[in-house]
Amino acid sequence: MSTAYPLPTNISPSTVANTASLLRIVAFGLISAAAIASRLFAVINFESIIHEFDPWFNYRATRVLAAKGFYEFWNWFDPTAWYPLGRVVGGTVYPGLMATSGVIYNFLHYFNLPVDIRNICVLLAPGFSALTAWATYMFTAEMKDPSAGLLAAAFIGIVPGYISRSVAGSYDNEAIAIFLLMFTFYLWIKALKVGSALYGALAAVFYFYMVAAWGGYAFITNMIPVHALVLLLMGRFSGRLYVAYCSWYVIGTLSSMQVPFVGFQPVRTSEHMGALGVFGLLQIVAFASLVRSHVSSKQFQNLLAISVVTMGVLGAGAFVVMTYKGWIAPWTGRFYSLWDTGYAKKYIPIIASVSEHQPTAWPSFFMDLQLLIFLFPAGVVMCFRELRDEHVFVIIYAVVASYFAGVMVRLMLTLTPVVCVSAAVALSTLLDTYVEAREPDAPEERTEANGSNADGKKAKKAGGAVGSQAGTAAAAAASSTISDLVSATRSSAGSPRQKGIWGADARLVIILNAIGMLVFFVFHCTWVTSNAYSSPSVVLASTNPDGSQHIIDDYREAYYWLRMNTPQDAVVMSWWDYGYQIAGMADRVTLVDNNTWNNTHIATVGKAMSSPEEVAYPILRKHDVDYVLVIFGGLLGYSGDDINKFLWMVRIAQGVWPDEIQEPNYFTPQGEYRVDDRASETMRTSLMYKMSYYRFSELYGGGNAVDRVRNQQIPKVGPTLDYLEEAFTTENWIVRIYKVRKEDALGRDLKTANAFAQGKKRKRGKPVSRRRAIV
Amino acid sequence: MPPKLSTQSSGNKPSLSVHTSPNTLNPTTSFSTKPSSSSATLSLSSSLQTLLKTYTTQTPPQLKFIDSFLLFLVLSGVIQFSYGVLITGFPFNAFLAGFSSTIGQFVLTASLRQQVNPENRLEFKEVGRERAFADFVFGSIVLHFFVYNFLG
Repeated sequence: MSTAYPLPTNISPSTVANTASLLRIVAFGLISAAAIASRLFAVINFESIIHEFDPWFNYRATRVLAAKGFYEFWNWFDPTAWYPLGRVVGGTVYPGLMATSGVIYNFLHYFNLPVDIRNICVLLAPGFSALTAWATYMFTAEMKDPSAGLLAAAFIGIVPGYISRSVAGSYDNEAIAIFLLMFTFYLWIKALKVGSALYGALAAVFYFYMVAAWGGYAFITNMIPVHALVLLLMGRFSGRLYVAYCSWYVIGTLSSMQVPFVGFQPVRTSEHMGALGVFGLLQIVAFASLVRSHVSSKQFQNLLAISVVTMGVLGAGAFVVMTYKGWIAPWTGRFYSLWDTGYAKKYIPIIASVSEHQPTAWPSFFMDLQLLIFLFPAGVVMCFRELRDEHVFVIIYAVVASYFAGVMVRLMLTLTPVVCVSAAVALSTLLDTYVEAREPDAPEERTEANGSNADGKKAKKAGGAVGSQAGTAAAAAASSTISDLVSATRSSAGSPRQKGIWGADARLVIILNAIGMLVFFVFHCTWVTSNAYSSPSVVLASTNPDGSQHIIDDYREAYYWLRMNTPQDAVVMSWWDYGYQIAGMADRVTLVDNNTWNNTHIATVGKAMSSPEEVAYPILRKHDVDYVLVIFGGLLGYSGDDINKFLWMVRIAQGVWPDEIQEPNYFTPQGEYRVDDRASETMRTSLMYKMSYYRFSELYGGGNAVDRVRNQQIPKVGPTLDYLEEAFTTENWIVRIYKVRKEDALGRDLKTANAFAQGKKRKRGKPVSRRRAIV
Repeated sequence: MPPKLSTQSSGNKPSLSVHTSPNTLNPTTSFSTKPSSSSATLSLSSSLQTLLKTYTTQTPPQLKFIDSFLLFLVLSGVIQFSYGVLITGFPFNAFLAGFSSTIGQFVLTASLRQQVNPENRLEFKEVGRERAFADFVFGSIVLHFFVYNFLG
């Protein structure tokens, strides 16, 4: 056995093992630190604040949990949401996230560490990202070896696809769910490998935690059965599979039903039936194999096989019949929208309207995964080479998650872990091949005496320098090239070339290249994280001409205004996107919010927004609306405003009132969506248009009022409002709040009353005609 | 509550078939009904006899002990299920808790049987007899924690 560079021989194996494990621990500590630190951009650039939309609800619920205790939280009925319906929060929420924060909060307070609940919520996601890195390490170590595991942990720690959902302040279910996903998968693989019910039960417990934390638990519910089924079809049934799957399924299913929001779904809906079917199949197969071990008759075995197939077919038939009869709920719309990307747009506009449910654009794969997306297929191929049971799992996971990530932007999140795992397997195989000291046995050793001496010294330098001292290594490589060439030509002249990699130059080219790519990957991740994924979206930032940062804080300005200037029970109507924020920051009653459970209620708001004032006013009064809040980005060029979301309001309203609201009416005859003087009549009289552009042109004096989002000129004579009055507009006009007027004291309709107040003479159209009729 | 009754009976039908099937002692009903020629039936019944014989002679007593517990669980499951279908499954959570308790215990016990079966020695290299029993106990405790919680 020859080596490429001399290995020290006087070190005992235990020393090597100890050093390796120490190095692993140190590396892992650094990875955790990097994972946490890179998520803190949001806190450094802005402040310790809860981000976006859903996290505001989670934060509000967590505050209730921390202040009042778990039972109050469990029985919490929130009358201020979905006015006048209210919301049973305890039964319609995945409580895992809040419970986790509550436990941490109580733990810290027990030790007299008075940490604010907000800071716990803000920093929960970064903290759990370190745990995710650990779970990914364990998972990948089962696939290949601990060094691949470390690479995978480093990848998942900084990859933007995961950071996008777990920066500090992004207090959402995904923050803990990805850790639970990976850890459950790790336990499942471990249970399958060892054949131990202990790991199966642990997997079930973490599956329960996952069910309590995220609606995406259905991914696990279907991934594990698919894996088991594929193993079964590959003829890999074993006692270990039976033990692992059955102990996971029985405990996991029973425990998942403890979460009130899930309830009896695991025994009643189609999404969960696959797992039950595989469970049944495993029982039959296990029984058959037991019987077969006792009887050797050929005929009997045939009969057994036939009866197994018959029972399987019968089970599938029973499932179809039960679905048809309505005993098992059929697939839901959200599920269909995964297979038919046009489905949601046609039938459930509310699902299609959510921006993160859009299909993924190609560049975002590169943006979120960069180098890993190229290594990903290579890693999957590596899995095929060995194809142990756990590799089958990675292959299935890769296929399924790739498909889902292509369908929906948000499911990029479930793809990211498997990409990290397979990329780590690929890269670590590459590095193993090129760092490996042992060389394949040469057919003859003629050049060895000459070559290995000179080669060895240099390669020793190079081997020690990989990573930290790449510069010196490169120099060593350059000096060794010539002697290598000489020896290579000499050996090739004498005998057929040996196979394998033994020159330090060939090794270094590859290794340095790989390291260079990894360095670029780190730069890319840091750049994406700091620029794209760290914005709280509650606070916006722009850059001044001198390069300094300018903070645009209109949202909080408006919500604070509401909090300070309106009565406690004032009802604020806005599009559902802002419901959670209003409830969280302004503490006021909302009509609709981001928990979009009642389509009709949302459509009512959409109808009010897209109808003329006279039509909208009765709706507003019936719902006791005191204030209407719209987001307007025309002044600043903020594109995520309500005029850009307006068509979704129209579509959703049209879904419920197709006679009153029609989408085509909001376009110009040429089919353009315009807000300038060519805008259609319906568009210009709609409440949303009026509220957005009310007094907008006055801002420009006599000049041209330009909407900077849509780059269109707004007519000089702006819309007038009779039934609403402007209450508050923020500094940059992003949030505009209108007060709904009460009915006129004299019983006139508000339009006439306004006209009277402005001194306009009442048009006398009808009386004239009457007089004429008399004549 | 008729709708609940029907729902629950349907939802668990596959698992029932699962349950009755591993009853090694009495599989005749499912197989003897298969139509085949007389010689085939003859060989079938003879092979069933050999099955019984090899089972009684070759199975270690410990496994037989486990099997008797499995048989008890099957009977308990059948009784609970037929009670739920025929009489009432009204507190559905209680019914599910009881039924899952038998299914879960059955599966965990079957796992224990697989693990301690000397024929599977090679398959479960890392799981010794003591470890298998510890797994069984741990799984049962976790299972019954949830069962107790779900009884309501």
